[in-house]
Amino acid sequence: MSTEVAEAGRAEAVRQVGRPADRFDAPEKVTGRAKYAAEFPYPDLAYAALVHSTVARGRITALDAGAARAVRGVIEVLTHENAPKMRPLSRLNLGSFVKGTNVDYLGTDQVHWNGQPIAVVVAETPEAARHAASLVRVTYEELPAKLDFAAEEPHAVPQKGNAIMRSAADKGDAHAALAAAPVKVDLRFTTPPQNHNAIEPHATTAFWQGDRLTVHDTTQSIAFLRKHLAMRFGVPERNVRVLAPFVGGGFGGKGMVWAGTLLAVLAARATGRPVRLALTRESVYHTVGGRTPTVQRVALGADRDGRLTALIHTSVARSGGMPGQVTAASRHLYAAETVHLRQSLVDLDLLPPTAMRAPGEAIGTFALEAAVDELAWELGVDPIELRMRNEPERDPLTGRAFSHRMLREAYALGAERFGWRERDPRPGAMRDGRWLVGMGVATAYHPSLIMPAAATVRLGADGTVLVRCGLHEIGVGAATAQAQIAADALGVPLESVRVEVGDSDLPAGPMAGGSAQTASAAAGVLAACDKLKRQVLALAGPPLRGRKPEEVQARDGGLHVGGSGMTYAEILAGAGRDHVEAAVKAGWARFLARTARDGRRWVRAASGAQFCEVRVDADTGEVRVSRWLGVFDVGRVVNAKTAASQLRGGIVMGIGLALSEQTLVDPRTGRVVNPSLAEYHVPVHADIPRIDVHYLDDPDPTTPLGLLGVGEVGITGVAAAVANAVRHATGRRVLDLPITLDKLL
Amino acid sequence: MGVTQIRMKVNGVTESLDVEPWASLLDTLRERLGLTGTKKGCDQGACGACTVLADGVRINACLALAVQYDGSEITTVEGVDHPLQQAFVRHDGFQCGYCTPGQICSAIGMLAEHAAGMPSAVGASGLTEDEIRERMSGNLCRCGAYNGILDAIKEVL
Repeated sequence: MSTEVAEAGRAEAVRQVGRPADRFDAPEKVTGRAKYAAEFPYPDLAYAALVHSTVARGRITALDAGAARAVRGVIEVLTHENAPKMRPLSRLNLGSFVKGTNVDYLGTDQVHWNGQPIAVVVAETPEAARHAASLVRVTYEELPAKLDFAAEEPHAVPQKGNAIMRSAADKGDAHAALAAAPVKVDLRFTTPPQNHNAIEPHATTAFWQGDRLTVHDTTQSIAFLRKHLAMRFGVPERNVRVLAPFVGGGFGGKGMVWAGTLLAVLAARATGRPVRLALTRESVYHTVGGRTPTVQRVALGADRDGRLTALIHTSVARSGGMPGQVTAASRHLYAAETVHLRQSLVDLDLLPPTAMRAPGEAIGTFALEAAVDELAWELGVDPIELRMRNEPERDPLTGRAFSHRMLREAYALGAERFGWRERDPRPGAMRDGRWLVGMGVATAYHPSLIMPAAATVRLGADGTVLVRCGLHEIGVGAATAQAQIAADALGVPLESVRVEVGDSDLPAGPMAGGSAQTASAAAGVLAACDKLKRQVLALAGPPLRGRKPEEVQARDGGLHVGGSGMTYAEILAGAGRDHVEAAVKAGWARFLARTARDGRRWVRAASGAQFCEVRVDADTGEVRVSRWLGVFDVGRVVNAKTAASQLRGGIVMGIGLALSEQTLVDPRTGRVVNPSLAEYHVPVHADIPRIDVHYLDDPDPTTPLGLLGVGEVGITGVAAAVANAVRHATGRRVLDLPITLDKLL
Repeated sequence: MGVTQIRMKVNGVTESLDVEPWASLLDTLRERLGLTGTKKGCDQGACGACTVLADGVRINACLALAVQYDGSEITTVEGVDHPLQQAFVRHDGFQCGYCTPGQICSAIGMLAEHAAGMPSAVGASGLTEDEIRERMSGNLCRCGAYNGILDAIKEVL
């Protein structure tokens, strides 16, 4: 969308945008009426279950499905010996670059990771399918495999960067500057693999009618999934319909096309039955990638006043999936005289990682912001003051302008609201009985992105509005936010607007990722509303006839010039129309051109200041987060209620990242040994205190409506704020996540 | 291996079902009775998404066999009509909504447990915020809506 249109959008009187409106889909969610992917009934539905490899790398030498086939109710056991072949992906498809999502499932005897699906059982009942799956006997010829991240880390190779995700940078000679610096810290951090653990496990219900396919899927990327399935199953894209009206959380784990979706579709084609494959929690761990582990070095050199003379941040992560921007925050947060950034990758024979909420940034900000805190200790300077001394006026590496930067305001407001002045700077000085109390801060940072989105807006003769866009309702309140935006753009009450989402038959929306869904769709919806108003104006009689669009205001359910105007109902009735509809296409070429142009002009990001108080048990080392406050610069806030919830949700997941979450991989076998919610510890209710969220609510001047994205910035900086508070409480700097109690004893 | 005939009153409706002895209450509700409001998050009692009320007591339906509940009254979210539901909406006690039916059934069961004098590890005298957090910790919310859930429950006390 053009800047002109963006400005037109901002010029509208803001009435609904910003309000804490209740979610449109709330009634369905609190009554159980909301239907998720595994909940659509089909007559004659069959159920599938997966058989997973038990070796990391090798070749299947024998597969005995006899016992499985003999189970009452089993319809078919699909293996590499009898399954229909899927087509390879073209190099033009995004998915083909994502190792692990383009595996030739059931088309090969090769095993690439421990847990790879190697057979699918289809049965009349879920119980029969699962039981039969446990009876499939497989023998392998095993091959040597690289499974140990820590052992392979020294062999890492440089990560390739691209225009959006850069992986290396240099400014001056940072190593020499570090050596010469009077004050320095040089720390090595480690972060473990993690899994998204959306409470809804991945599920697909697939149904073929001839060469037409209907898929109910847990996807964050409806349009991409549709393309992918058309390609893999050799049917035209128009023959594939993807439905996802509700998705039970994603956090990145439902962005790519993983085995479960493909194998459900394959099983439906092979058996001629509608097939449901609802993954077990364990199967999710074996077939859907998670967050990469990392090893990071952050070295900071400073003069005695705390001005940074050297900033070195290097990272080693796993290859495959989405290469996270581990050092992204280090590019933009501090005005260091010299900078050296490098990202490297190691190849392992494990299920490849994928994007997980703020991939790169969530763990990169842990290392950077903990190192900055440690430098504050070395200098004897307050950690907020140290950050303010190094707050840049322009982007430190490129000299480009920040489109929006309010970190000073965020820290000032946060310090006041959190009571930062009460903090006794000495470690261990704030004791409350057996609890050592600590306070820590860290900066949150996440780049802002706007993707192409198509949308249509239809105005009915009764003044009601229907917005159609293939958005994903994964918990963000997508329909509600776009309804608020459209209501303001057209000057109608919120109750008059309905929004259809979650269907590939709708105009293609952006994927739900990169914190970009709301802002991207807003661009499309605003452009469509603008077009619609022009069309309506062209139909209008006096007093609007002949008026230019710029002269006309949309308000009170119609178009107005000064004191006079007409309602939409009057205009449409006068023109004999029962509706007017405007459509905006996605425009990828324009998107690429705009992204490149904007990237040369501005550095655009959401940011914030995280404040954390912990209480550490002096005897056991148990860490409890007792207070949290975050102040965020996310541009304009569309819905004060749902935006706060997303930011809180990011902080909650960040507390898990800091204190409890890790996917344990046996380095001998490559097997995930804790593939369950009982042994992978996400934060529970008792782990989470009141989380006080503030936003500065100042629109970014360079985006439609001034949005910067709220989905991911909340998790960034959280682990560092916790680690810094623990450092304050105990005097101990923990460099290895999660901060479990054994590391404090 | 035969099937067993059971009778359950589900949301006030008497259901007579032939079930296999290994069928979980959760799968029976979802796949046989089409009551998909009750969710499957882990199928091993770790997440609480499948919480229903059995004779007024909150249970994880994934850890229950349908045959165990022959003669029982089961209430799922579809049969709940409680001020908590509106309170969840008002306080945004959810995002994706997948844990929500379990949270709501669990909260109703939790309030009854507390009223009946059932203790918790917190040991406060009333239903303080810490008591509610502790007693609701069997219901995971990955979207992190715990603050809203707490406020919703407090509103109906």
